[in-house]
Amino acid sequence: MQISGAQMVIEALKCEGVDTVFGYPGGAIMNVYDEIYKQDYFKHILTRHEQAAVHAAEGYSKASGKVGVAMITSGPGFTNAVTGLADAYMDSIPLVVISGQVPMSLIGTDAFQEIDAVGISRSCTKHNYLVTDAADLPRILKEAFYIAASGRPGPVHVDIPKDVTAQIEKFDYDIKLNLETYKPHVKGNTRQIKKVMEAIAHAKRPLFYLGGGVINANAAYEVRELVHKTGIPAVETFMARGVLSYDDELLVGMLGMHGSYASNMAMSETDLVIALGARFDDRVTGKLSEFAKNADVVHVDIDPASISKLVNADYPIVGDVKNVVLDMLSLCDVVKNEDYSSWRESVNNFNELHPLTFYEDSERLKPQWVIKRVGELLGDGANITTDVGQHQMWTSQFYPFTRPRQFASSGGLGTMGFGFPAAMGVKAASPDKVSINFTGDGSILMNCQELMTAVEKKLPVVNIILNNNFLGMVRQWQTLFYDKRYAETDLQVQPDFVKLAEAFGGLGYRVHTKEEFDAALKDAVEKNVVAFIEVIVYRLENVMPMVPAGGSLFNMMLLEKKGEDND
Amino acid sequence: MIENSERRVVSVIVINEASVLSRITDLFSGRGYNITSLTVAPIPDSKYSRLTIVTSGSIRVIEQITKQLHKLIPVLRVYEHNDIVEKEMALIKFPIAENISDINTLCEAYNGKIVNIGENVIIAMVADEPQRVENFLQAIKRYNPKEIVRSGAVALER
Repeated sequence: MQISGAQMVIEALKCEGVDTVFGYPGGAIMNVYDEIYKQDYFKHILTRHEQAAVHAAEGYSKASGKVGVAMITSGPGFTNAVTGLADAYMDSIPLVVISGQVPMSLIGTDAFQEIDAVGISRSCTKHNYLVTDAADLPRILKEAFYIAASGRPGPVHVDIPKDVTAQIEKFDYDIKLNLETYKPHVKGNTRQIKKVMEAIAHAKRPLFYLGGGVINANAAYEVRELVHKTGIPAVETFMARGVLSYDDELLVGMLGMHGSYASNMAMSETDLVIALGARFDDRVTGKLSEFAKNADVVHVDIDPASISKLVNADYPIVGDVKNVVLDMLSLCDVVKNEDYSSWRESVNNFNELHPLTFYEDSERLKPQWVIKRVGELLGDGANITTDVGQHQMWTSQFYPFTRPRQFASSGGLGTMGFGFPAAMGVKAASPDKVSINFTGDGSILMNCQELMTAVEKKLPVVNIILNNNFLGMVRQWQTLFYDKRYAETDLQVQPDFVKLAEAFGGLGYRVHTKEEFDAALKDAVEKNVVAFIEVIVYRLENVMPMVPAGGSLFNMMLLEKKGEDND
Repeated sequence: MIENSERRVVSVIVINEASVLSRITDLFSGRGYNITSLTVAPIPDSKYSRLTIVTSGSIRVIEQITKQLHKLIPVLRVYEHNDIVEKEMALIKFPIAENISDINTLCEAYNGKIVNIGENVIIAMVADEPQRVENFLQAIKRYNPKEIVRSGAVALER
């Protein structure tokens, strides 16, 4: 089949089973958009900013488990998308991002809307390509999808000059890929797995440490089985929320900077850490030399470079978490007779000593209440995204997650403005669930133009804006570590969020009380429209407990007793 | 705890394609690793090139370097060498007025010779272990070298 490079892009996306593309047209990518106009293989969702297109593709991928696809033009179109690429790279989200480039003859001449796109994306993608001949395009696109989804997933960027999209060449997608330099190691070493099971059997206080890799590997239900067969308690990272259901008695909680006291104490007391698809991030470990000091470490990860990068692994296993966990399950008899009940009891005692909680206030709504309340009202029926800041941590702490892929948030990069576009992508992938974005008065303004996309494409995202008139997380650090010098965090001057939503054709609510909140959420969900629910919350609430940056996990700042002002 | 930093030689076999060298050097700069020297040339009769990188760092850092290099898609193999034969070349330009026979004798002691004599300058070359090249360059200081160029090390495992 002799077709143009632009047509090849369309045909390749069809062959990959892509049903939704997020993007924004422009000069260098116009040939491809002309073909998008003519086709009906997939839906194209026009965002109102290229960054949002990539975040939407991330949300889509997170909810569906498929490769997300975004399309953008050269120059500023591409540079706007870089934050999304970096975000997906940090959180290992499989994406294929296709950008237009100036024609080959103009590359290097500082042409209009020219930028060295592959030069910029090199350090924030898993791999990238500059296509110089349309004959290579089928192979490159096929490789891009394969590389994005296999091994440790990540974004792949394909930059296509305009003349290449016009070039007519033979299209054959039925090619067999032969990537001799890229062969992800998916099967764990059997002998090593046996040794791990013996180590577990000998441990007195073992602890599962579950990371986002469990979700990426679609291994959550196998991990649930392993946790229950062994009876070993588990802590989750922020990225792993939903691997175990919130009400699972073996789930201790989230660990790390804003993890629960019990999780962090369990990590400090354990004698065997079993890390599955986790990467010992600094927000998780706190002070490295004090992290799980008394424990041997089992580390299962698909990425060899993650193993022993920060914490030395006594039992390193390179492999796909799902494969390894299935192997572990088959060897589970070794630990069948082990009794960890006294260990579980002491972990439970930590939870009783300092439970994850907050104090209500008779006058003002507390942000944590709002999140808990949404959990009570919608629970499993909602998919959740967040922006970045205090609301993000409270969501992770207080939302009752019941399943993997229920939660999408910018964990590694911490990108404000992620939540709303990601929620659109989640809604596109999972239309039967309510799509909730918890956000703050700071974050929401970073991609609020997406109201237009959501209204136009009927992606009814309910944005719950926890408004404390502050950049709350930075304010919290200023309170705790900068002697309350609130440098540029006091957001007294704000838009009218209700009118803002209405101006784009959405619905806006402003609520001050519990009754008002319940009514607003019910109304927004029933009407199934794009909504901003602005919740006026107590201004000076802090996220607690907290491990100060660089501190030890067992040395937490705890929630102050009721009655004391935590200002 | 400050871990001991040591000099290491790493060889990398990569597909000889556009921007592959940038991928390697970006990785070093992006993750804060050192490059003492780097040489690269195609491997005869293949689609691969071989890079020899001299770097330094703690054992943990060196381990990360090799793992991160291996993660790059066009990288076929990474060798972190222990037992190697290592050579480096240097070219040195001297004023013609210097003592040519002294220089020649010195060069010969370091596997070298005078390779060019022009109207105003002579050019000498040596090829030896990097540390010996270093010693040679110290020794010839008194002959007022005008310009020195070092090739960077290449290495093969024994």
